[in-house]
Amino acid sequence: MTEFIVVTSGKGGVGKTTTSASVAVGLARRGRKVAVIDFDVGLRNLDLIMGCERRVVYDFVNVIHQECTLRQALIKDKRYESLHVLAASQTRDKDALTREGVERVLNELRDEGFDYVVCDSPAGIEKGAFLAMYFADRAIVVVNPEVSSVRDSDRILGLLASKTRRAEAGSAPVQQHLLLTRYNPIRVVSGDMMSVDDVREILGIDVLGVIPESEGVLAASNAGVPVILDEDSLAGQAYDDAIARLLGEERPMRFLDAPKKGLFSRLFGG
Amino acid sequence: MGIFDFLRSRPKNTASIAKERLRIIVAQERNARGGPDYLPLLRRELLEVIRKYVNVPPEAVGIHVEREGEHDVLELTVALPEKPVPGDVAPESGT
Repeated sequence: MTEFIVVTSGKGGVGKTTTSASVAVGLARRGRKVAVIDFDVGLRNLDLIMGCERRVVYDFVNVIHQECTLRQALIKDKRYESLHVLAASQTRDKDALTREGVERVLNELRDEGFDYVVCDSPAGIEKGAFLAMYFADRAIVVVNPEVSSVRDSDRILGLLASKTRRAEAGSAPVQQHLLLTRYNPIRVVSGDMMSVDDVREILGIDVLGVIPESEGVLAASNAGVPVILDEDSLAGQAYDDAIARLLGEERPMRFLDAPKKGLFSRLFGG
Repeated sequence: MGIFDFLRSRPKNTASIAKERLRIIVAQERNARGGPDYLPLLRRELLEVIRKYVNVPPEAVGIHVEREGEHDVLELTVALPEKPVPGDVAPESGT
């Protein structure tokens, strides 16, 4: 049984691609057969975050237009052999994706025995974003604790409930999860940032994970190594927790509290 | 926080402002979701007509579409002000 997971948000720059890469790696590391697809046609970036940008020969659009086979376009990850990347086209425009074409590729991945297909959605609510979510069984909605991101996410939740295959068929709704990124517990404590409970209350969906703001994320994208593989970074550990929860494990939320300050720094600032 | 920080005035708790604003706008947008596309325009034009007679604020006009069995029911509510507001453009009545 193949599960299609869309990583989406509405707003740009909140961490969709970072999340897609870490979710894909996290599932593959647990032995699942995973494909991760970049739906951001014209603005390909997943390949960079995954560190396979120099190995892209054929892309998603080539497969859709039958200019190559799916097998030719899937890039095998060098770290986990059960992980495959399907890059977006860098040259075509977003209309190069069609619903029939996307469906054919997803069906083929299902027939190939993939356990998970992670669809990295572009920002916005146009065609690419629509097609990334259309076939989803599960959605990871990436949100920053910030007003415009939360509002856009709610818009996306509305679309997931009405503009997906599951919604149109009247079958069980797309499972929705909230993933809060760029979380800064110090600012939450000082009242400058909404807390995870605030965001959960507004959006009304369950929280898959909270990823603290971390230097590790930039370092990981610089290196082309998904941050979940950086076990020293808090973000990497938080992503690993999120993957465990996705697979049904119970894990307490970590990194929600500001680090305790000593007497010295409390008196003299810092 | 240093020892003299309490002398400076603390900025307001902006997170709670954000939460309150989002709570309202998200509720409003969820309400409008799924309705026909012409609803916002209909609401605006209705508001203009109503304002020819009663000076009501924009949020006084509520439009909801609900499904009852086979039919969609368009429900329109207008909250009138308790007392006539000064500068009311309503025509004089009864005289």
